Amino acid sequence: MITLNINSKTTRVDAEPDTPLLWVLRDTVKLTGTKYGCGMALCGACTVHLDGQAVRSCITPVSAAAGKKIVTIESVGRRRVGKAVQDAWRRLDVVQCGYCQSGQIMSAVALLEKNRRPSDTDIDGAMGGNLCRCGTYVRIRAAIHEAAKALA
Amino acid sequence: MITTSIENASRRRFLQEAAGLTLAVYLPRALAAAEAGPGKGAGGEVVGAVHFEPNAFVRIGADNTVTVISKHIEMGQGAYTGLATIVAEELDAAWSQVRVEGAPADATLYNNLLMGSIQATGGSTAIANSWDQLRKAGASARAMLIAAAAKQWKISPDELSVSDGVVMHARSKRKASFGELAKAAAREPVPAEVRLKDPKDFKLIGKRAPRKDSADKTDGQAMFTQDVHLPDMLTAVVAHPPRFGGKVKSFDATKAKAIRGVVDVVQIPTGVAVLAKDTWSAKKGRDALQVEWDESKAFRLGSEEIFVKYHELAKSPGAIVRKDGDPDAAFANSARVLRAAYDFPYLAHAAMEPMNCVVRFGKDRCEIWNGEQFQTVDQMKVAALLGLKPEQVTIHMLYAGGSFGRRANPDSDYVLEAASIAKAIAGRSFGNRAVKLMWLREDDTKAGYYRPAFHHVLEAALDAQGRLAGWRHRLVGQSILAGTAFESMMKDGIDPLSVEGAANLPYAIPNLQVDLHTPKDIGVPVLSWRSVGSTHNAYSTETFLDEIAAVLSQDPVAYRLALLDKHSRHAGVLKLAAQKAGWGAPLGADANGDKRGRGVAVHEAFNTYVAQVAEVTVKSDGGVKVDRIVCAVDCGIAVNPDNVRSQVEGAVGFALSAALHGTITLKDGVVEQSNFHDYAPIRINEMPNVEVYIVPSTEKPTGIGEPGVPPVAPAVANAIAAATGKRVRNLPISAERLKA
Repeated sequence: MITLNINSKTTRVDAEPDTPLLWVLRDTVKLTGTKYGCGMALCGACTVHLDGQAVRSCITPVSAAAGKKIVTIESVGRRRVGKAVQDAWRRLDVVQCGYCQSGQIMSAVALLEKNRRPSDTDIDGAMGGNLCRCGTYVRIRAAIHEAAKALA
Repeated sequence: MITTSIENASRRRFLQEAAGLTLAVYLPRALAAAEAGPGKGAGGEVVGAVHFEPNAFVRIGADNTVTVISKHIEMGQGAYTGLATIVAEELDAAWSQVRVEGAPADATLYNNLLMGSIQATGGSTAIANSWDQLRKAGASARAMLIAAAAKQWKISPDELSVSDGVVMHARSKRKASFGELAKAAAREPVPAEVRLKDPKDFKLIGKRAPRKDSADKTDGQAMFTQDVHLPDMLTAVVAHPPRFGGKVKSFDATKAKAIRGVVDVVQIPTGVAVLAKDTWSAKKGRDALQVEWDESKAFRLGSEEIFVKYHELAKSPGAIVRKDGDPDAAFANSARVLRAAYDFPYLAHAAMEPMNCVVRFGKDRCEIWNGEQFQTVDQMKVAALLGLKPEQVTIHMLYAGGSFGRRANPDSDYVLEAASIAKAIAGRSFGNRAVKLMWLREDDTKAGYYRPAFHHVLEAALDAQGRLAGWRHRLVGQSILAGTAFESMMKDGIDPLSVEGAANLPYAIPNLQVDLHTPKDIGVPVLSWRSVGSTHNAYSTETFLDEIAAVLSQDPVAYRLALLDKHSRHAGVLKLAAQKAGWGAPLGADANGDKRGRGVAVHEAFNTYVAQVAEVTVKSDGGVKVDRIVCAVDCGIAVNPDNVRSQVEGAVGFALSAALHGTITLKDGVVEQSNFHDYAPIRINEMPNVEVYIVPSTEKPTGIGEPGVPPVAPAVANAIAAATGKRVRNLPISAERLKA
């Protein structure tokens, strides 16, 4: 059994230590907001926060997450930055299919937690690991600026 | 007000029958709520379950919610929001009280009116085919609510008005919410005639109605097929043959079954399925599986050999698709002939959610959870496989994490694969458990059903005065429809999906020929891919026309306009895009060996007209940066202008992914790409600034999911040519060939 702290809740899971955190979250804990897209840290759909850092849960062994604070899309809105990002995403209707957006939001929140006034170049750097096949990048960029404004 | 009679007798009957069904429909729900006990149903009693269902598209609850039933899937294109906007407009509902629910699979109620008798989403038809239907549905419900209020208040219905979900009588200041009237309205007869609004009175259509799926898609609550977890559900990962047409010869599951969590391993027509308690166990099981493949009938050509064949075929005329005037004479008498040949690769859809499907197969019944785009076809195919009647196959339509055509497959490939697994375990002790088929990214990339590869040859005949006297366009590529249930759409062996955008070239050219070769010996499965034939036909025609203009030293916009005399909607978007882009104004200076250029393209797809002006920078190493794309759109009435902009912005990203990087190649029949490192969509740093302008219109609305795609690549290629003088004739754009 591995003890995890997921969204401020202590959760004990029965999983092989090398199981990617993604599948523990999705299939064991049934927190399905975090998505599978590639399994190789290429698309960012599985992005969660580990002690405040954005990580790709599809290549993070669950054993590496033990003892750390795991935050997923389901709870990111409880904090000020997360709420501001979700609100901006909704005000601008960023989403299309929506499948990548959990990961996009988690990456955007991690960026804004560190940098409250990101430039376009900062955004390109922080969001470059998150693919969107619907091509919502124009609005993702706008929503990050919008959230930054709301947080100022 | 416009009075519209419901002329179609069968439709009137349907509406009446639907009203008659209202009780029958809501009673079981009331029972279910009652059985759930206090606290489970709304208010703990059956009252919350009383609904007013005037037709198959609207349900108004006593709790004042208006539920719009969408017959079309929401896969990102905004259908749920757009369809609900139409209903809410005619109903005069408050946007905040409107919810959307996916319709069940039932073609008798939910067929696509532009596709005949089948329920399906595709061809950018959701809004176009639903426009009249949903306006009437909303207006009928409104009339019945008014009738109910009039009866209660003993007032003539003419004295009542409706606004924001409230029926009002101005003189007596009486008012009642939809929820308060729902029960009484359900007893009113469905009107035989309804009055539709004058478009000038629209409050939601053409204005901003925020997306209905934004909240759930930003906090992890939206339900995709991948997110379905049913009690005792098994997850299946399948080993597929490395080549198309391969079969299982034998397999050894010993090691796979030794993996913790693996429950069983079964052979199915498309490979070997490993069933496990979760995805990771199933994947590990598949990795441990040993399969020997029978490849005696497998397809073994590579992309290079396929194109060699296509180039050879292009040397002789194909089936005539269109012939105007006397093209041969025009070429014989020409002063100058221009020629260009193009190659377009296979493209994968690569939706962010890899294909997946949940199936539960029991006695006389099969239940499916799927990002369902092709209800009637999937229902029939699954029923045939499982020995059921189509109506015994229930389909729950969930959000799809993108599709771009992939989930509308006449072969129902992944749906049938899931059903095959359910069938294979049917006799086992766990045979009644639900099965979730999960394709991993590699499965999805390699599974085929690609945008077909195409080879085009275009020729132009210029007469002594430099006029464009003749045009010949030859296409070589696989048919999407051949061999499917939709083959009857083909006439004289010509697949309309191969030639759309080429056969209907709008330019005034007196002598014109389009012909097509449809090779039948290529074993790569092909399918519609967002904007279908226009993905390649817009490219070849719009870059070739640009090349002709350049040869004639004509301005690309003015030259097109001169040939679009009879096509005002093409001309309209072209002028608007050019104006907004500042066409003709100097671009920023070239610097550091960078070259800048501006290019234009215009194209109609699915009755929507789009023009785009691209600005690009070509670096000395040949790298292309697309800086800005200005788009003008004429899609008739823009039901939701913000969604029109959103779709066109997204189309730019989608099309640029293909133009800059997209290619699926085969070597000895094996697909060479597997994941996003070698089949790479663009990332945020490659996304240009996009501006979208909408032409005001009173025409009926047409689609917007696809039509933004076709002009992108040719506009970019024309901008590259303006910058460098080099014409890009093979996609994706190669930096190597653009090196200074």
